[in-house]
Amino acid sequence: MDFSLSEEQQMLKDSVQRFVRDEYQLETRRKLVASDTGYSEKNWAKMADLGWLALSLPEDFGGIGGGPVDTMVLMEEFGRGLVVEPYMTSIVIGGGFLMAGGSTAQKTELLPKLGAGELKLAFAYAERQSRFDLTDVEFKAEASGDGYILSGHKGVVFHAASADKIIVSARTSGGSRDRSGITLFLVDNNCAGLSRRDYPTVDGLRASELEMDGVTVGADAVLGQVGGGAALMDEVVGQAIAAICAEAVGCMDVLQETTNEYLKTRVQFGVPLSKFQVLQHRMVDMFMECEQARSMCYMVNLKIAEEDKVEREKAVSAAKVQIGNSGRYVGQQSVQLHGGMGMTDELHVGHYFKRLTMIDTMFGNKDHHLKRYADL
Amino acid sequence: MDLAFSNEDLAFREEVRAFVADNLPEDIAESVRRGRAVAKPDIQRWQRILFDRGWAAPAWPVEYGGTGWDATRRYIFDEVMAEFDTPETVPFGLLMVGPLIYTFGTKAQKERFLPGILTGEDAWCQGYSEPGSGSDLASLQTKAVRDGDHYIVNGTKTWNSSAHVADWVFCLVRTSNEGKQQEGISFLLIDMTTPGIDPKPIISIDGAHHLNMTYYTDVRVPVENRIGEENKGWTYAKFLLGHERNSIAEVGLSKQRVRRLKEIAGAEQFGGGSLRDDASFAGKIADVEISLTALEYLSLRFLAEEAAGRPIGAEVSMLKIKGTEIRQQLTELTIETLGYYAIPFEPEQLTDRWNEPPIGPDHAAAQMPQYLFSRAATIYGGSNEIQRNIIAKMVLGL
Repeated sequence: MDFSLSEEQQMLKDSVQRFVRDEYQLETRRKLVASDTGYSEKNWAKMADLGWLALSLPEDFGGIGGGPVDTMVLMEEFGRGLVVEPYMTSIVIGGGFLMAGGSTAQKTELLPKLGAGELKLAFAYAERQSRFDLTDVEFKAEASGDGYILSGHKGVVFHAASADKIIVSARTSGGSRDRSGITLFLVDNNCAGLSRRDYPTVDGLRASELEMDGVTVGADAVLGQVGGGAALMDEVVGQAIAAICAEAVGCMDVLQETTNEYLKTRVQFGVPLSKFQVLQHRMVDMFMECEQARSMCYMVNLKIAEEDKVEREKAVSAAKVQIGNSGRYVGQQSVQLHGGMGMTDELHVGHYFKRLTMIDTMFGNKDHHLKRYADL
Repeated sequence: MDLAFSNEDLAFREEVRAFVADNLPEDIAESVRRGRAVAKPDIQRWQRILFDRGWAAPAWPVEYGGTGWDATRRYIFDEVMAEFDTPETVPFGLLMVGPLIYTFGTKAQKERFLPGILTGEDAWCQGYSEPGSGSDLASLQTKAVRDGDHYIVNGTKTWNSSAHVADWVFCLVRTSNEGKQQEGISFLLIDMTTPGIDPKPIISIDGAHHLNMTYYTDVRVPVENRIGEENKGWTYAKFLLGHERNSIAEVGLSKQRVRRLKEIAGAEQFGGGSLRDDASFAGKIADVEISLTALEYLSLRFLAEEAAGRPIGAEVSMLKIKGTEIRQQLTELTIETLGYYAIPFEPEQLTDRWNEPPIGPDHAAAQMPQYLFSRAATIYGGSNEIQRNIIAKMVLGL
């Protein structure tokens, strides 16, 4: 039993910290968020150069072969910087799907490009009626000749505009809420019949509503087994949750440290706010939430490769519940303890608060995972 | 980072499982299952069984009769103990005064006291709080005045759990009024059979006798029973509080309770099915189970840090705060499962003297007393408010 980082992991951490310090001052981020693409191609190229994009990808396909803990280290620092590049969607999720379900041809063609920063992926799964249920899929894929015709709507697809290819969950058989009969497809972003409505998200990212009206794809567009999409999604979304927990821990740490510092310097009634016991105890509760969240983040990243599926899924849902609870408390209290300043767009506190709020919603919120945990 | 158990660790787990399965006396397990207080002779019997196997003190160094296990083995051992209905470890000897004696005691003190703690023969209690000194412990007034080779102790101690059955008490006493109040305290080990010691019961809200008010009148304590230096007792008390907090997370005990809670919720009927099938109640159980997992990994992180030779600071107070909050949530949920049958109150049902059928379901009688007494968990061992003060000051620098 060991919770310490290896030498390589510590070096990775230092290197991401340097990147965040150099490239992610709040003003720089503000400009990125307001730019056309919403992120920096230059940063993306730098991430490729530093080997971060290839970190989790397999060595046989040009990757570095890192594990969940390596991704955790990276994501935690990205969380500290509120990094907006599409690492989660493109590498953790997109790369995750290719590794877990891709054919040899797909892996050979796409993984090296993904790791080199020459290809970006997005994942379209949510639908209006599905809420957080990945297997509630009405989006249709009808067999036609050698291929399929895709039709339907997908909502809040993160970083769809910048993606070269989009992974779409579609129903190839069964009723709209059946676990079986869901198939994943790799679809070119610029194909005929696909339309997008792009918009900014509350936490400074980009997303799109996606409409497909008779998009034709070949059989080679199928990712994984026909009808076997549900298990594949469980696996990859589980990995995404483990990674986003680390991002949340990074966000929470910044808020906890900043608020602690603020209480020591802000003077009211002739004394620093840190002298008021009611605020001290609030800070202690925030600190404890951070540590509980960190513990669960380690737990899930150490268990995400576990073979026992129930154990793995329980770990995923338990961690997501904890992150939801802790993130909400730390986020809300950081705004509260900063008083009026916490309400301003100028201060970084609000931006972390917004990201934490959205992290709870991502891949199912606290209530969703509490129920899932109880049912497992 | 690595959670994987080695094959040796896995074999060790099976070894502990097999041992407990073969050696835990069924009558003791039955008491634990029913939520009865486990009587002193039964606690001693189980401790003796562990002692004979060499497992009396998992966390002690080998040279003092401990196991010398690393953090992983200690974790596995606790896990297995929680899988079975083993009695809760009585903390006073094994977890509190024992480590203090082997850390600060003289050779003679180690030889005199450690064996009795290991075998379970000597039961210990704690003499800290006084009627006028609760959270402000350092204001204590019980006096010890030197008289040749002895101290003469006079004063009143309170909230002494198990003082009425204990053989020894470790006591904080005032030996000086000079300087800061923390600087005039000494740490004494006192034989409970010494003339002048008089424990009187305090009946708590669960109707039971756990607590005592203990009066000390001209009690003669040999100077050789003082731990460390005179007037340095506060330092030892702080060391001990740190030790206590580390074990007070009580993850194993809470896991036992989660298991029991699920059994009871499964047995309680609701809407044609069981309460455990009710989505909102199942959600409540899941919620506390997840908090317990977070606490478990937090305490594993601390264990791993300690094992790597990095001492844990005041952040260990988190374990006390979270551990006791979770314990209270569990006892509260358990009485919630009972519906109306949380109401009948007949503590006699939990004794051997009761020979009538149970009132309501068999599992009901123990739950309300356990809920009520669990309210003490956030008060004792330094209240949770005091723990927050400690973290605010020592960890956050506020």
